[in-house]
Amino acid sequence: MRIEKNAMAGTLESSDALVTVEPGEGSVELEISSSVMNQYGRQIRATVLATLDRLGVTGGRVTVVDKGALDCTLKARVECAVLRSCGKSDAGIPWGGVIR
Amino acid sequence: MKNAVGREIPDFLLEGGKEVYQGKNYMDGRYVQKAAPRTRIYERPKESKIVETIADALRQCGARDGMTFSFHHHLRNGDFVVNMVMKAAIEELGLKELTIAATSLGEAHDPIADYIEAGKVVGIQTSGIRGRMGQVVSEGKLKTPAIIRSHGGRPRAIEAGEVHIDIAFVAAPTSDCVGNSRGIGGKSNCGSLGYAMTDAKYADHVVVITDCLVDFPNMPASVEAIDVDAVVVVDSIGNPKKIASAAARISQNPRDLMMAENVAKVIASTPYFKEGFSFQTGVGGPSLAANLFLEKYMDERGIKMGWAIGGICGPMVELLKKGKVGKVIDVQDFDLDAVNSINQTPGHYEMSASQYANPANKGAFVNKLDFVVLAALEIDTGFNVNVLTGSDGVLRGAPGGHPDTAAGSKVCIIVTPLIRGRMATVCEKVVTVTTPGDCVDVLVTDYGIAVNPLRPDLIKCLDDAGIPHVTIESLKEKAYSIVGRPDDVQFEDKVVAVLEARDGTILDVVRQIKPYTFED
Repeated sequence: MRIEKNAMAGTLESSDALVTVEPGEGSVELEISSSVMNQYGRQIRATVLATLDRLGVTGGRVTVVDKGALDCTLKARVECAVLRSCGKSDAGIPWGGVIR
Repeated sequence: MKNAVGREIPDFLLEGGKEVYQGKNYMDGRYVQKAAPRTRIYERPKESKIVETIADALRQCGARDGMTFSFHHHLRNGDFVVNMVMKAAIEELGLKELTIAATSLGEAHDPIADYIEAGKVVGIQTSGIRGRMGQVVSEGKLKTPAIIRSHGGRPRAIEAGEVHIDIAFVAAPTSDCVGNSRGIGGKSNCGSLGYAMTDAKYADHVVVITDCLVDFPNMPASVEAIDVDAVVVVDSIGNPKKIASAAARISQNPRDLMMAENVAKVIASTPYFKEGFSFQTGVGGPSLAANLFLEKYMDERGIKMGWAIGGICGPMVELLKKGKVGKVIDVQDFDLDAVNSINQTPGHYEMSASQYANPANKGAFVNKLDFVVLAALEIDTGFNVNVLTGSDGVLRGAPGGHPDTAAGSKVCIIVTPLIRGRMATVCEKVVTVTTPGDCVDVLVTDYGIAVNPLRPDLIKCLDDAGIPHVTIESLKEKAYSIVGRPDDVQFEDKVVAVLEARDGTILDVVRQIKPYTFED
């Protein structure tokens, strides 16, 4: 998938994360801030990068403002933001494909 | 040197005979030479000790660079007094190299962070440290390591001369013109003044700061005129809304209630739950709610609580008024119901911090305690509890009476949810040990109960009562299966705070926080 326009998913509520994606070429530029950075920063980054990789995103700017979200929440927010950015969040979600 | 809870204590902290933590009751039977203050003689009769300003009081007490000022925290987050005094000392008198020895500090004292950064305040001794002050100390900006003590450890240290107070400041809701002070009768009432009592007896000078001057004699006085050098009347000593909250409400959160019910079940399964038992609980959601369920078991068995101690709030006062508890002995009040009850409701008494929790005196109340119910930020598989540092390693809590009541009581129950957001409360290794695991007996979480293997007697009680329990390791694994296994928090080498065990040995140190960076 390709990030075609700016899109967001999630909230700044406790145990959630706000994920913003912006179009870009060449590489994924990832910025993370988190209320649990010291203990989970590494895992948050790994989860976000793995999710982007699964979605086939190869370029763009991704910003995660994490408020202690579990991995499943982070994955869902990243997926939703990317789908919204390429107009696939209303219909055509690849259930069972890259979304699993 | 490694101590009894497996923490590495740097050698430079052990110079001068300081020891590392060796386990509870280590100091039992030793002798201590008590310190005595050097105080001024007031032989010539004086009508009044009132002076115009705080700066005048400081001058009268010979305030100079390098002194230690003490404060107490009954005004909690509504306190104005610490900031007023430090402002006068530093900005009016131009003093520097000062140490603040407070029974606790909170967000109300954020302005002190500026004095730390400017190098005017070079030492902090306290139970609680939070807000901006916690941040700047964690960043290594305080010249000497902060010393963190429990509420019992502090009077011990004062009496042993390890803390010498040059001037003690008493924030008094009422005082007369010579300094007889009480926590009630004014406009900024806080109830008990228990934490100020030891300070007033052991300080070289005592200054009472009040916003309600009453007729002489203000009786019964918590801090007595015989110890007071000067009285300053100010417009306001604090914000009443933040001093005492409206009545502490018992949680309606079903998870809290479930945990509270299990706490009461555990209590009722032990042989100590009998006519005249004693009890202390915190004011956190599930701890406070335990009162409710305990009352049910007391009614069922037809027994009454003999006495309760601690920081007191409304629900305990209610039990006293209903005749279900014989006496309430009170070192601090948390809500208006408690403030308005102390020394008013028959059986509701005030006590000093030393009488409450000091391990070095001859019989603190905590030593007679049957049950205490406490919260935790973290608890590890060795039952060590952290109530001081956050998961980012920053100072933002207080041991308070936690280590004292845990050590003194027959049954110490920690009640906490298994996870908070993404934080595993039950973990492999707490960031900082504030209460050692040899003092903690039972852990109640929303995912199960664990009993410290050091207490086979309690394991049998739970088994006999049919209360299911699991190992603390399995609770930790459950937590990690939900939130993931956390990485260790990274610190710099510099020690920014020393955590003293209640007996004065060193339990742990807190090091300077390291800005987080991804490794590669």
